[in-house]
Amino acid sequence: MVGLATSFGSGAMTNSIGELEGAEVLLVTGSNTTETHPQIARNILKGVDRGAKLIVIDPRKTDLAREAHIHLALRPGTDIALINAMMRIILDEDLADDLFISMRTENFTSMRDYLHRLDLDEIAAVTGIDLHTIREAACIYARSCKSVICYCLGVTQHTCGTNNVQAVANLAMLTGNVEKEHGGVDPLRGQNNVQGACDMAALPAVLPGYQALTSPEVRERFRAAWSVAPPKTPGLSLTEMTHSGRDGAIRAMFIMGENPVLSDPHLKRVQDTLQHLDFLAVSDIFLTETARLAHVVFPAASFAEKGGTITNSERRVQLCHKAIAPIGNCRSDSRIIMELGKRLGCPGMDFESDAEIMEEISLLTPIYGGMHYDRLEGSWGLQWPCWNRDHPGTTFLHKYYFARGKGQFTITEHQEPKEHVDKKYPFTLVTGRGSYHHYHTATMTRQSRRLVREYPEALLEINQADCDKLGLREGELVELSSRRGKVRVKAHITDRVQPGTVFTSFHFWEVPINRLTIDALDPKSKCPEFKVCSVNLRKVKND
Amino acid sequence: MQDVMTICNYCGCGCGVYLRVKQGRVVGSYPSKNHPISQGNLCSKGWHLHEFIHSQKRLTEPLIRRDGKLCPASWDEALDYTAKGLRRTQEQHGSDAIGFLASAKCSNEENYLLQKLARAGLQTNNIDHCARL
Repeated sequence: MVGLATSFGSGAMTNSIGELEGAEVLLVTGSNTTETHPQIARNILKGVDRGAKLIVIDPRKTDLAREAHIHLALRPGTDIALINAMMRIILDEDLADDLFISMRTENFTSMRDYLHRLDLDEIAAVTGIDLHTIREAACIYARSCKSVICYCLGVTQHTCGTNNVQAVANLAMLTGNVEKEHGGVDPLRGQNNVQGACDMAALPAVLPGYQALTSPEVRERFRAAWSVAPPKTPGLSLTEMTHSGRDGAIRAMFIMGENPVLSDPHLKRVQDTLQHLDFLAVSDIFLTETARLAHVVFPAASFAEKGGTITNSERRVQLCHKAIAPIGNCRSDSRIIMELGKRLGCPGMDFESDAEIMEEISLLTPIYGGMHYDRLEGSWGLQWPCWNRDHPGTTFLHKYYFARGKGQFTITEHQEPKEHVDKKYPFTLVTGRGSYHHYHTATMTRQSRRLVREYPEALLEINQADCDKLGLREGELVELSSRRGKVRVKAHITDRVQPGTVFTSFHFWEVPINRLTIDALDPKSKCPEFKVCSVNLRKVKND
Repeated sequence: MQDVMTICNYCGCGCGVYLRVKQGRVVGSYPSKNHPISQGNLCSKGWHLHEFIHSQKRLTEPLIRRDGKLCPASWDEALDYTAKGLRRTQEQHGSDAIGFLASAKCSNEENYLLQKLARAGLQTNNIDHCARL
């Protein structure tokens, strides 16, 4: 998000999901779309059926990669090098959109000079892809004026994640594929309301609607509405809080509907931090691994037991309806927060309905300015920016001008991942969501008998060639170890991964893979490097 | 029997789903035919969306840790205890010793309220959620 915000001024999908099927070229990078965003994948494949070209950049041969016209199976962590090479080729082939670059962007000259200094053969060696294939992909992307790039956490979960995103934005600007109905840069958001949680500033360094914490006018507006101004200094990010350690800066926490004990990198640190807090309160629908460590646990109402709005990947604010009363003695999180707020003397914590809360949001958040419940009711929602009551919402962003004025080219250089493979840890471990049937830490999907039947346990994806070396057969137990910890998991032989690389998910608490992952962060976005760490494999002998 | 229109709780696609309610229980999930994203489709997670709602493992009572064990408590007890715990930390170590994690699974209104509680109520910007995970 930081990356795209620096380049364009806004960190959201520039297109709508429905626009994807009208694109002529779809470049999907770092996204296992068919499993993690099935309905977006349906739109992508519909586009392919209509004749669009599909290019997939992914170290794994995902289902979408099998459908691709070109699959660029790069070495994990070499995205920037690959994209820079594509840009250089586009310049050499004279396929850049000069008019767009001169009218809508800045800093191109230094970008061009940098690209001309690159050694393409060296890049081919670094990425592990031959130059001919890179050239073909670059030309297909650049020759169309309806090219869309979709990316997901495969791009951002690196120590160079912000730069990866900026590289993607550079590529789009170089070819003028940004401000159009069927062309743009689309980060796919993983959870139903990640977009909304960001918009509402559940983030340490901005106020709702990405407004600056430091701007005097903005602060005055919030002070007038809240009767106290928000503090000026940016707060700590999630990993900084959960990794602050035994005697860290954080002494008490309130965690609403998250399970950092399973989802964060380097689990031992997280557990250690949370266990030694003076006070921990958790609100959740299940007694999660995190809730087990709490001093107080609140039983929250599930999505079916409350109303409110959520914002999807394409910035569409949609209304949810309450289907049943909260079960047992549960309460909605908004009620819990308001009750707590009143006890803590927080001003303005007496809203009677979600609609009333939205009125305050629209008052303080310009991009949500026209979001009113009477407009959302009976429609399919509104896409932000929606400035006022008469505004129809925005299907694609950056028409005529970027949110930040001019689009900015940012030179991005290839940077090796934090951890290298060596003699002791010779394999690269990639983690992510691994199944069509499960979701995140699977606290919800594992309650469904049928979903569990389809995918009952964690599997380690490993190539046949590596199995031969280790003497490993399908379904046998392997011990995975990194510098931080070890887990045991069943092997699944597949050509989805290349030799030297293994993949597993973090869905199953029995295989807490984040004991192994590295807690190296991207310095700007604070995104952890879940996509690359070095591990060793050992076959577990049956006794 | 009644069908209630809502939005799927899993990924960021934001599909329109009807929850079928029978005698106070959600018994089924069905795609909305006209919704601009789902257009009559759901993935396997979406079709089984309702199945965790009435799970036996749902929390139904507030819990407070007493002698190392989580025990049922009343709402007032749990809320008072939490307010006291946060207040004590603020007095002893300052506002920035408190951290809040909001949720990408909760509504806009809930996320807005939690950041307001952090910023206006406890005067800290230590609020984040799992966007990067």
